[in-house]
Amino acid sequence: MEDKKHVNINKKKAMRVLLATIFVLGTLFLLQRLFMPKYMTDIVEGAMIAEYYEEEKNHDVVFVGDCELYENMDPVYLWEHYGINSYIRGSAQQLIWQSYYLMEETLKYETPKAIVFNVLSMKYNEPQKEAFNRMTLDGMRWSASKINSIRASMMPDEKFLDYAFPILRYHSRWQELSTEDLEYFWTKDKVSHNGYYLRVDVKPAENVPEGKILADYQFGSTAYAYLDKMRDLCRSHGVQLILVKAPSLYPYWYDEWEEQMDQYAQTNDLPYYNFLDLTEEIGLDFTTDTYDAGLHLNLSGADKLSDYFGKILQQEFEIPDRRGESVLQTAWEPKIKAYEQDIERQKKGEEK
Amino acid sequence: MLFTSYEFLAFIGILFLLYYVVPKKFQWILLLGASYLFYAMADWSYLVFILVTTVSAYFAACAMEKTYTDQKAYLLLHKSEMNKDERKAFKAVQKKKRWHCLLLILFLNLGILAVLKYTNFAIANLNGILTFTGSTRQLDYLNLLLPMGISFYTFQTLGYLIDVYRGKYPAERNLAKLALFVSFFPQLVQGPISRFDDLSVSLFEEHTLNWQNVSFGLERILWGYFKKLVIADRIVIGVNTIIHNPDQYRGTFVFVGMLFYAFELYCDFTGGIDITIGVAEVMGIRVTENFKRPFFSKCIKEYWNRWHITMGSWFTDYIFYPISVCGPMLKLGKWSRKHLGEQIGKRVSVYLSCIVVWFTTGIWHGASWNFIVWGLGNCVVILISQEFEPLYRLFYQKMEGKGIHLQGNFGWKVFQVTRTVLLMSCLRLFDCYRDVPLTFRMFGTMFTNWNWNNLSGASFLELGLNGWDYLVLILGLLLVFTVSMVQRSGSVRMKIADMPGIIRFGLWYGLFLIVLILGAYGVGFDASQFIYNQF
Repeated sequence: MEDKKHVNINKKKAMRVLLATIFVLGTLFLLQRLFMPKYMTDIVEGAMIAEYYEEEKNHDVVFVGDCELYENMDPVYLWEHYGINSYIRGSAQQLIWQSYYLMEETLKYETPKAIVFNVLSMKYNEPQKEAFNRMTLDGMRWSASKINSIRASMMPDEKFLDYAFPILRYHSRWQELSTEDLEYFWTKDKVSHNGYYLRVDVKPAENVPEGKILADYQFGSTAYAYLDKMRDLCRSHGVQLILVKAPSLYPYWYDEWEEQMDQYAQTNDLPYYNFLDLTEEIGLDFTTDTYDAGLHLNLSGADKLSDYFGKILQQEFEIPDRRGESVLQTAWEPKIKAYEQDIERQKKGEEK
Repeated sequence: MLFTSYEFLAFIGILFLLYYVVPKKFQWILLLGASYLFYAMADWSYLVFILVTTVSAYFAACAMEKTYTDQKAYLLLHKSEMNKDERKAFKAVQKKKRWHCLLLILFLNLGILAVLKYTNFAIANLNGILTFTGSTRQLDYLNLLLPMGISFYTFQTLGYLIDVYRGKYPAERNLAKLALFVSFFPQLVQGPISRFDDLSVSLFEEHTLNWQNVSFGLERILWGYFKKLVIADRIVIGVNTIIHNPDQYRGTFVFVGMLFYAFELYCDFTGGIDITIGVAEVMGIRVTENFKRPFFSKCIKEYWNRWHITMGSWFTDYIFYPISVCGPMLKLGKWSRKHLGEQIGKRVSVYLSCIVVWFTTGIWHGASWNFIVWGLGNCVVILISQEFEPLYRLFYQKMEGKGIHLQGNFGWKVFQVTRTVLLMSCLRLFDCYRDVPLTFRMFGTMFTNWNWNNLSGASFLELGLNGWDYLVLILGLLLVFTVSMVQRSGSVRMKIADMPGIIRFGLWYGLFLIVLILGAYGVGFDASQFIYNQF
C-alpha cells in the first residue's frame, strides 16, 4: 500500500518535471522564432539562403557567391531562353569560406554539372561583419557544413552558442518587434527567384570612383586555401567549377587582382570569365542597366548578362536545354508567374 | 572567465554535476582543482602569485602555530621550575618569534601587492613632482601584471595569518585546504573577503545533494544575473556617456550620472556577490553576506556597516584596532591628552587611526588619487557626523519639546535615507571621473550649471538609452526595491519556498526569461566586467 503510494507520488513528480520541461522548451522555441529577424521587408537578403531547401534539387548549374551573383544573374531568364535549370546560393557579402561550405552542402543534396563562383570575395581574408555572417549562416540548415562555416566566419566577439541558440543573439530585438514578426512567424514569403534578387529600377552609374591605392594587392592565404578547397571539392564530385567576376563597377576590381585570378585559373585549368572586360560584348549600358549606380545590375542588365553567359554555359560546358521535361516545366510555371508579378509590381512602384 | 560569460555558466554547470558525483571526501579537492583552473583560465602566470601567497602563508601559519604548541609543551614541562615572571618572559619570546614571522609574510605579500598594483602610481607621482620642480626627466612606466583578485585573496590570507598569530584558531595543517581557502573561485574575483573560521567548515565538509541548497543557490545566481545584466549593464551606457564627456554633460547631468552610477555600482557589485554566494550555496558552502540593504541606511556609519561588510570588518579588525592599541598610538594619546586637553586629546589617536583606515581603504580600491580622496572623504564625513552627534541629540530634544517626534517618523526616515544616498553618491563621483580636479569641477557644476530643462525626457534620450531601456530600468529598480522591502521581514527565498509549486516555477521561469530577453548582453552590448574585479 505504502509502496504504491510512493510510486504514485514519484509518477506525479516525474509528470510535473516532464510538463515543465516541455513548457520551457516550447516557450523558448516560440520566443526564439519570434525574435529571429524575418528579412521579409527592407533587407530581404537574409532570407535567401533558407529558400534553397524548399527547392526540387536537380539543378544543372548552381551559382555560389555574393551580391554580384544574386543581383546580376537571372535563373528565370536562363530557363526561359536556354532551358538551363539553375539556382543561386548567395547572400550579402558572402565570404569565400561561406561559399565553400554552401557548395559542400549543396553537393550533399545534388550534383549539378557546373558550379559558378564569383571571385570578388577573394579580397577578404578575415571575417568582416557579424550582421552579414548572420544573413548567410542563420538560413543554413544544421549540418557539419554549417558548423564549419560558423567557425570560419565568427568575428572575435562572436560566440558559437549565439548561432546554436539564436535567441541569445536576437533577444535584444524585443524593442523592435513588429507585425512582420507575427505575420511571418510560421511561414515566410519567397523573396528571390531561384536565388535571384530582382530589381527593375534604374539609377545610372555616374562618376564611378577609382579604387583606392592599397598597401597590399596580394589575395590572402585563407582565401586561396578555400579556393583550392572549392577546386578539389568540385573535382572530387565531377563538377565543373567556373570562376567569374561580375560586371559590377564597384567595389573596384584591381588589375593586380585580375592578374592573380588569371594566374590561378590557368595554373589550375579552370575557366575564368571577367565580365567587366566583356561589357561591350554583353551589351551592358550602365546608364540603364543598373539600379544603384553600377554596384549591381537591374533586371535589364541581369538579363543581358544571363543571355551572354547562358550561351557560354551551353556552348562551352554543354549544359542541356531541359525545357522539354514536363516535371521541370511544371515546376517552373509558378516561378515564372511569380517573377512576372514581381516585375509588374515593381514597375507600378507597389510595396510588397 | 567573466561571471557573465557562457564559459562560466558551462564551468559551474559541469562543476555542480561533478561535485555531487565524486565521492564526498574528494569534493573539496575537486573544488581546489576547479578554482585553480578558473584562475589559470584568466592567465597561467597568475598562478605563480597566488601560489607564493598560499605557500608563504602556510609555512608562516605553521611556524606561528608551532610557537604556541612549543610554548604550551614547555610551560607544562617546566611549570614547577618557572616563576610567573619567567613564564611571562618565555611567552614574550615566543610572541616575538610569531611577530617576526607575521611581519615577514606581511611584508612579502603586501610587497607583492604594492609592487604590482602601486608601482606605476608611484612613478606617476614622481613624474608629477619632477615636472613640478622643472625637471625634464621622466621615469618610464613598468609593464606589470596585475593578477585577478589579488587585493581580495591577499587580504583574505593576511586575515587568516593575523588570526593564527592572535591564537584565534590553529593553523591549517593541510596545504591543499589552505590553497582552496585562498583560491575558492566564486569569491576570488570580487570577494567577499571571508574569514577562515567562517568559511572553512562548510568549504571542507562533505555535502549531500540537497534540494533546498540547490534551488536557493540557483535562485540567488539568477537574481544576481538580473541585477547585473538587466540593470547594471544597461544603466552603465548612460553613466559612461555622462562621465566620458565631461565638457558636454555638466550640472544637472552630473547629478543624473551620479544617481545612475549609484544604481549601477549597487546592482553590479551586489549582483556579483549574489552569484558568488549562489554558486557556493548550490554546493552547500556558506559564504558570508556582504550587503544588507545599504541604501536603506540612515547615516554613513550605518551605510558602511551594510555595504561591503566583509571589507569594512576586515579593515576594522586588522587595521583600525591594531593601530588604535599599538604602543606609539597609546603614547600619542597620552601625550595629546596631557598637552591638548582631555576633549581634544582623546580624539587624536581615534582620528589618526580613522584616517589611516580610510586612506588604506581608498588606496585598496585603486591606485589613484581619486580613490584616496574618496576614502578620506568618507573619513571626514564620518568624523564630522560623529562630532555633530551632540547637536543632533539637542535637535531631537528640542523637536520633542515642540511635540514633533522625529525618531520613528516615516518622513524623517525617508529624509535621512535620501540624505545618506545622496551623500554617498557625491563621494562616489571620485570613482567616476578621471582625476580629482575634474571631479571637483564637475561636482561644482551641479551648483553652477543646474538646468531643470535637462531633466526632460529628450535629454535623457541623448545618453544612449531609449525609452524602452528607461522603462526596463525603472521596473527593474522597482523590483529590486520591492525585494529589499520584503527582505526586511525575512528571507525572500524562504517565502518563495512556501508558495505552491506552480507559482514558484512561474517566478523562477519568469525571472529567467527577463534575464534572457532583457539582459544587456551579447552582440550589440559591451558586456562589462564587474566593477569590483578591478580591485
